[in-house]
This record gives sequence, C-alpha cells and structure tokens, in this order.
Amino acid sequence: MKKDLLGIAELSSEEILLVLDTAEAMREIGQRPIKKVPTMRGKTVVNLFFEPSTRTRTSFEIAEKRLSADTLSIAVATSSVLKGETLVDTAMNIEAMSPDMIVVRHASSGAAHLLARICKSRIINAGDGMHEHPTQALLDAFTIREHKKTIAGLKVAIVGDLLHSRVLRSNVLLLTKLGADVWVCGPQTLVPAGMEQFGVRVTTSVDEAVADADVIMMLRIQQERMQGAFFPSLREYFNVFGMTAARVAHAKPDVIIMHPGPMNRGVAIASDVADGPYSVILEQVANGVAVRMAVLYLLAGESEGD
Amino acid sequence: MAVVMDADRMGRTLTRIAHEILERNTAPADVADLALVGIRTRGVPIARRIAQVIHGINGHEVPTGALDITLYRDDLMRHAVGPQPLVRKTEIPFSIDDKRILLVDDVLYTGRTIRAALDALIDFGRPKAIQLVVLVDRGHRELPIKADYVGKNLPTSLAQSIQVHLLEIDGRDEVEIQG
Repeated sequence: MKKDLLGIAELSSEEILLVLDTAEAMREIGQRPIKKVPTMRGKTVVNLFFEPSTRTRTSFEIAEKRLSADTLSIAVATSSVLKGETLVDTAMNIEAMSPDMIVVRHASSGAAHLLARICKSRIINAGDGMHEHPTQALLDAFTIREHKKTIAGLKVAIVGDLLHSRVLRSNVLLLTKLGADVWVCGPQTLVPAGMEQFGVRVTTSVDEAVADADVIMMLRIQQERMQGAFFPSLREYFNVFGMTAARVAHAKPDVIIMHPGPMNRGVAIASDVADGPYSVILEQVANGVAVRMAVLYLLAGESEGD
Repeated sequence: MAVVMDADRMGRTLTRIAHEILERNTAPADVADLALVGIRTRGVPIARRIAQVIHGINGHEVPTGALDITLYRDDLMRHAVGPQPLVRKTEIPFSIDDKRILLVDDVLYTGRTIRAALDALIDFGRPKAIQLVVLVDRGHRELPIKADYVGKNLPTSLAQSIQVHLLEIDGRDEVEIQG
C-alpha cells in the first residue's frame, strides 16, 4: 500500500481486494466478547472532521479503538478553525504533536491530497468535497461481495444526486475497476458532464437503470452543496427518481438496495424500501467498521514511499 | 535437504499424540472439556487430524477451531519490514470458557507465535487450561515456553530451516530440514 489512502483512483484492483480480504478477518473481531486486538498499541490517530458526520466518524473511532490505537476526534465546531485558522495551519499544528495517522474530512475537494503532501503522518480521506470517499466505496464493495460473491459482471444502478456525490465518484472508480456494469441515473441537471468517460452508462430513466439490476445504490440529495435550483421540488424529485417498491420490482428478484446515509425518507427512497427485505443499509454500516480496521492496519505498515 | 519425517511416520506421530492427550486428560469430564485450536496456517489441519484420531479412539467429537495470530505479533509496526502481513480469519465456533484447550502448531521455534496465540486466546474467554501440541520442536526458544506434546524433537542450528508439508495444503505429508 502507499503511504496514504486518498482515493480509489490511487488503488489497484489488487489493493482493493487486499482491503476486502483483510476486512473479512477484521469483522470477526467485532463478534468476540473482547472486541479488541493489540495491533496498533501506541499509535495515535487523529480524526479531523471539518464537516458534520455521524456514521463515518463513529465508524473510524470504533475501528481505531478495536485496533488499540489512541484516538481523538476534532470536530470543527470546537476547533480553532472558527477563529480563522487555515487547514494547513491546523494540520501542521496537529502534525507537530506527532500523530501516526490523520483521518480527514473536508468540504473542499483535494483537502486530503494537500495534507498528504505536507504531513509525515499517514492521511486517510474520509470524504473531500465532491471528490472521493474511498472507505465508503470499499465498504459498499465489501457488502456487495458478501451478497453476490463477486463484483465482476454485476449490473449496479446508482440513482440520485450524481453531481455533488463523492460516494458516486469513489464507487464508480471502484466498481469499474472490478468489472461491474455500472449505470448512473439522476436528473439531467445533476449529472456531471463527461460521466461516460468513466466507463458507465448514463440515463435519466430510473426504470432503465433499475431493469434487471443486481444492486441499486441510492444517493442523497445534497441540498447543503446546492447553489441553485436543480429540480422544481423534493416531491417532484421523489415522483420521478424516488425508489419505490414498484420501481424495485423491475430489478432482479435478489436485488440488494444500498444507501450510504444519511437517508432522507420520502426524498430519494421510500420508507418501505429502506426498511424492506432487499435493504442492506444497516449491513453497510456494520461492515464499515471492519473495512476501516483493514485500511488502518494496512496503512500502518511500511509504505512504498518509506 | 533431508526428509526427517515421512507420511507414514507423521500419521503414527499424530496417533501417538492423540493417545497421550487422552492419557493426560483421563477423567470423563476432562475429555468432555477438550477443544482443539490450530494456529494458522499448518496448525489447523494438524488439529483437525488429531480430532479425527481421538474420534476414532473413543467416539468423542472434540470441537476444533482456527486461530490467526497476525494481529497479536510482537514484531508488527516495530521496525517495518515490508508490507503488512496478511490477516486471515480466526474461527473458533465454540466458547472456550472452562475448556481444556489444546493449542496446536506445526513447528515450535522461538516461542513468539505461541506467546501471541496465548494472548489471542485469552481475548476469547477464560479456559480451564491450555496445553501446547507441536509436530516438531526445533529448539532456540526466546521465551519461557514449553510444549506439552511433541511429535519430534529436532535439534537444529539457527542457519537451518524446517519445512512442514501437509496433504491438505501442500499435497503431501513430509517434514524436511534445509541447510
């Protein structure tokens, strides 16, 4: 592995599979009476979150603790960023206290890459703007593989706000690297230009995207990132693009439905679908801990750059 | 390269170890409490074979598990020596509380693997006792660890290496010494 995990773009398919295989072994630790191994004793991991997060931050913290790392989380609401400190200055100050790893989430695309260039600590990207969210794509792949055994050849439909989604970018990169047939679907105003060059098929018809799909992945409408009107109303969005039981019926009978969270019920996904028999949404959350333990473990060793 | 144990000898060695285990754990309650835990990779098939032999002797099914000690190694992240070693699954499908655990490995050398395995086992519960079974003891201990059941004592020099081949993994049963 390289020094940092910045995105799926930097990973080979062998490295992706190594993370998934290692996560298989890590998962068992969470089922023990003592859910902890001594592997990262004495290592310090700082979780630096400049954007709100429940799942990802909790998941990283639990993963770090299960590997016995010393961990602390900095949320922007309580940090000096509010006093006007820049990202680089904040990072250099944390770096001065010699942590071994920094897990960073930031609203700007490329924030993790910037830290990787200036920090000796290993950097894990926990989401940078609209760019990448690699551990989410890895845990999605882990969940898919668990249900479908393999990823190659599967039809995966990704539906929702494509434009603002880092989860989409990381998933497209990962799923195409592993040979899935990826369809992306959303309102024309929320389809990034040039999506086709990533080797995916683009459609504005949910029924076309979902037809015979093995996996349906829903993306949240990211209103906090929207500057402008991309569609008339949330209700109209749901009528055209929302995942309902009637639409799911066009997919394969053993389809699984995924959502990276946070979920807005009745906007991207109907409640009966989110809670229905095809839904693996909570499995994704559970698998996130094992996948992040795998990433932490694999990065803690010697890297190509050392 | 010299063969120090062939397939026939290995079979008889494991049978003898199974008998020794039953001699040391004579009370019916002790037998009922026995459980085998093999250390990955080659301790696992050896543990399974011992379970088979015991079943053949007294009809008792000894529960058998597999332990991966990678995350407990004392050389991880110390002086990085390359990419992280592969972590594989630990599968102990029974409670080890109050069991008499027979910890099984192919070669006993420095004792560091066994130290890691003992730490790992304790995280699964509190066994009544842990006994150590090894196919080959080659000496050169770096920790105060001693096997309870030894297939073969094999005095070696540090320059030599011992290779255990097992049917389940390598397609043949054989122990070789190199160097």
